[in-house]
Amino acid sequence: MRDRFIHTLCALAEADPRIMLITGDLGFAVLDDYRRRFPRQFINAGVAEQNMTLVATGMALEGHIVFTYSIANFPTLRCLEMIRNDAAYHGANVKVVSVGGGFSYGQLGISHHATEDLAIMRSLPDVACFSPTSLTEVTAATKAVVARPGTCFLRLDKDQGHDGAAAEAFEVGVPRRLRHGTDVAFFVTGGILSEVAKAADELAGSGITSSIYSVHTLKPFVPASVVDASRTHRAIVTVEEHTIHGGLGSLILETLADASAFPAKFLRIGLNGCFSSIVGSQGYLRTAYAMDASSIVQRSRALLGS
Amino acid sequence: MTTVELSRRVRIHALHMTSRGGSSHVGAAFSIADILAVLYGEVMRHKPAEPRWPERDRFILSKGHAGAAVYATLAEVGYFSTDDLKRHYQDGSIFSGHVSHKGVPGVELSTGSLGHGLGVGVGMAKALKLASRDPRVFVLLSDGECDEGTIWEAALFAQHHALDNLVAIVDYNKIQSLAPIAETLALEPFRQKWESFNWEVVEVDGHDHQALAATLKKLPAKAGRPTVVIAHTVKGKGVSFMENTVLWHYRTARGDEFDRALAELNS
Repeated sequence: MRDRFIHTLCALAEADPRIMLITGDLGFAVLDDYRRRFPRQFINAGVAEQNMTLVATGMALEGHIVFTYSIANFPTLRCLEMIRNDAAYHGANVKVVSVGGGFSYGQLGISHHATEDLAIMRSLPDVACFSPTSLTEVTAATKAVVARPGTCFLRLDKDQGHDGAAAEAFEVGVPRRLRHGTDVAFFVTGGILSEVAKAADELAGSGITSSIYSVHTLKPFVPASVVDASRTHRAIVTVEEHTIHGGLGSLILETLADASAFPAKFLRIGLNGCFSSIVGSQGYLRTAYAMDASSIVQRSRALLGS
Repeated sequence: MTTVELSRRVRIHALHMTSRGGSSHVGAAFSIADILAVLYGEVMRHKPAEPRWPERDRFILSKGHAGAAVYATLAEVGYFSTDDLKRHYQDGSIFSGHVSHKGVPGVELSTGSLGHGLGVGVGMAKALKLASRDPRVFVLLSDGECDEGTIWEAALFAQHHALDNLVAIVDYNKIQSLAPIAETLALEPFRQKWESFNWEVVEVDGHDHQALAATLKKLPAKAGRPTVVIAHTVKGKGVSFMENTVLWHYRTARGDEFDRALAELNS
């Protein structure tokens, strides 16, 4: 996802000299092409993410569209107050990019596990939150954050996610339906869609049909698909490589409750209120925390009682 | 109007505003009244009738708690009516205790959490420099604010990028929220800290209008380097019993105290 983002940003930066990329001293090798081609649109702010966000706000207030770039929690939680008070409150064109959502940097330990960022960023007024589930959506989301005025958060995963066959267009705030079924409606954000796609195939083998909705945008969010799914499916299951408190699962629950639409069965799959204090590859940690494909299958079956 | 008269009016407004609202920070507002008067009255290029004039010099009050003084200055120089100052700190008002830009012409940046203004000013200065444009960026900091790590992150960035269109002014009254600086987190040797960060350092009496104007008109002090003006000030300046006291960081003047303060400012 990171490489696709950089590739897309190069094309956008070429067309729009207002675009600026500021890194917090990360992006070894991967930013080389960008910085070689656009030296005037690139700054390394050093290991100073808070100042990176402040500088980005100042430049944005002077007319630039500024991407702040770092990994895991560094461009988000570390800079939370700068994003809130400075970027968002002033409607500044600051685009916060975090490479390494969830367990992307699983072996590096808790500091590098981005497992609360969606919840926290989603709570900020005037911050649009994007978490693409495939490379196609990375391209679309990168374009969307440039086109959209104001502050945005773009969370990118190591896992490429899953493109699927469906060709529903990317529209900001509207979940893309990637698969059609009637038993389980999966709402998914981030690269973990790859696990859900496998799980749906396996469930289909035993006669359980699934819909999959890619929630590439958590904010703004158009509720229609969720409300519709609650009426047309036996169960709704949310899947996120993130805490189940405040992120996608909460978003879907809030949406349902606000519409007084209550599905017969509901399950949030994600990290359940604990620190992921063991380390391992992204795949290993998904299994360890019961959000890999076979866990999704097993938990969905249990939910349906079948 | 002379800058001295402007600063006197700013102090009187700030006294009324903080007393009416029952708010804190009158000492901090008095500390910077002269700096603001010289900046807006004599140094900065700006147009009150056109607050977003692209060629204006940018001013950021990073010590947002002294916002009453900025609102008062902006009103006196014509950005909005001095009647609006009566809404400061009142229910439903946009004139918050810490300076806010929303709906207030002339305010570039809302602040209140310390350590934010310099970094944003650095970003503005960087953008202006990239575009080879003339406006300068003035950021007014408190001394206690220099406890914040982000000030020094921004200081590193500014010198690395040779932002000589950036001026930081430190309101060095040597008293912070609970106690003197020296008893809280000592800043000295302060000048040397900035010098070691490759900033050009100028020290000035922050209440001497002639000295302030002479200093601020000669910027940048050195081409290719950001400048910090260490303005030696007195917290609560202008009202004898408020001067140099920790108490008047938070205390609100009421009754006899208010009358005595007003009398001193009017004398």
